[in-house]
Amino acid sequence: MEIEEVKQLQAKAKEIRKMTIDAIGYLGVGHIGGALSVVEILTLLYEKHMDVSPENPRKKHRDKLVISKGHAGPALYSILADKGFFPKEWLHTLNAGGTNLPSHCDMNRTPGIDMSTGSLGQGISAAIGIALANRLDGIDKKVYLIIGDGESNEGQIWEGAMAAAHFRLNNMIAFTDYNKMQIDGYVHEIMNVEDLNAKWNAFGWFVQRVNGHDFQDMNMAIERAQKELYRPSMIILDTIKGKGAFFAERNLANHNMNVNYETAQEACRLLDTPDALEKSL
Amino acid sequence: MNQLEMRAIYAQTLMELAAQDSRIVLLEADLMKASGTTVFRDRFPERTFNVGVAEANMVGVAAGLSAGGKIPFANTFGCFASRRTYDQFFISANYARLNVKLVGTDPGVSAAYNGGTHMPFEDAGIMRNIPKLVVFEPCDPVSLKALVIQSARHQGCTYMRLHRKAIETIYPENETFELGKGKVLNDGNDVTLIAVGAIAVAEALKAAEILIKDGISAAVIDMHTIKPIDTELVLQYAKKTGAILTCENHQVINGLGSAVAETLSEDYPTLMKRLGVDDEFGEVGTQEYLQERFGMTAKNYAACARELLKKKNNIQKKSK
Repeated sequence: MEIEEVKQLQAKAKEIRKMTIDAIGYLGVGHIGGALSVVEILTLLYEKHMDVSPENPRKKHRDKLVISKGHAGPALYSILADKGFFPKEWLHTLNAGGTNLPSHCDMNRTPGIDMSTGSLGQGISAAIGIALANRLDGIDKKVYLIIGDGESNEGQIWEGAMAAAHFRLNNMIAFTDYNKMQIDGYVHEIMNVEDLNAKWNAFGWFVQRVNGHDFQDMNMAIERAQKELYRPSMIILDTIKGKGAFFAERNLANHNMNVNYETAQEACRLLDTPDALEKSL
Repeated sequence: MNQLEMRAIYAQTLMELAAQDSRIVLLEADLMKASGTTVFRDRFPERTFNVGVAEANMVGVAAGLSAGGKIPFANTFGCFASRRTYDQFFISANYARLNVKLVGTDPGVSAAYNGGTHMPFEDAGIMRNIPKLVVFEPCDPVSLKALVIQSARHQGCTYMRLHRKAIETIYPENETFELGKGKVLNDGNDVTLIAVGAIAVAEALKAAEILIKDGISAAVIDMHTIKPIDTELVLQYAKKTGAILTCENHQVINGLGSAVAETLSEDYPTLMKRLGVDDEFGEVGTQEYLQERFGMTAKNYAACARELLKKKNNIQKKSK
């Protein structure tokens, strides 16, 4: 990937991050930590890799994304709004009664959402089903899946890990958003998931581990995964929960927190002044 | 009477559906031999997915297949289909408004030698709480075939209790069925037995034969769909007979008995008695033993019908 493209992606990610902070701040509360840790991967997928069309969100031949950590919905809504799946004004309706943008992803309410998620662990099975359906129909498209690190405590993740490898789902590319925090504390203190590389390897997946905020690294990993002939891919993303929001980053309480709108706006401004943001952390 | 193995009819019906519709796919969780669907796998290997002993994953994968446009039928024992996959079925399939056909085999006492751990007396009840889900249990090979076809055509999730064993045919071969519409198998004026499933419907019919010898005219209804319940038919027979007995191979809590009681108490309070398992766990034994143990016999149904009639007559005397 050319430097110019990386710069464009970085600029886009900044925009998406601002939109996400703004939407949660406007509401006053939300799952900001786990939304901000996946901004870069979502930006990369939707800007560069995924074949989707906002004018026809349900076209049969398309790449699909299952965001199993459904509480990251607000980040996904920002990129979908930016792509034109729905008006950007919707972002200020997050969690309002009757909204099309609920806290957790809902395929029946939000254009561009491919699977309803929210009960952790379930997205991997759904992604397997979609990958199997694609194979049956000869649809040469990918199913992308994002799971959380805390979510990896769920037994269903490992049932799915076994099945995807068994069915040789090379059309499935998964990511673990390894932001090292879960609701009650640090993952290694609450329920350690390590050694993640070894675990996914042992289950028969093609495993890579990269910086989840670095476009160049992630892009190379995705391109390698796309060339896999037999195995599903797991790309473990080292990320920072609450990345980029001065009030949330590295704050153990950032899973679902109150956010004052002025604070949110201040956080968006700081994103334009990296030095000041660095000092504020 | 002609005895046919229910699981063979089920597999045969699925194969007929699959031959006509490429969207039909099958999922199993290491109980393919028990479900009797190995013949389906042999004919449609590419459309059969055995996920191993992982029921939650099976239902989630079924939801994904549905999201990809398929019509998945997923089978396992009823105890696992309900208790073990409830959240996956609730969220990934039903909440997502997908189209998953979940089948729980070996309902209630038909689990017999597998015993209490494998004996679902509550599966239909907990499924009844899922919004918009259709919950049904065929009572013979003819209704099984017809209702599985209806289930495949229904746009939305269904839960079927499947009695796997060989049982007698009750209906003529060309009988028609509609999910949500009960069938009057025997008309009567004094008391109505509303039954569901292979064991209860067969025993209710035999009970009606016993009762007629005492001069009691008992109606028997096959209420194959417990959700949505056929309100119209329940009310019609409540008005006609004034006494309702519900018969099920299931807990009386939250099953057919509850569904009928809810309908009656809201719209036409009627004397009734719920027969089934009364707040107990299952246990091991032959099916015959367990039917006796939990009162799922024609003899008990007839005795309870007489008791209910006595109450009805006393009330009528008092009101006069």
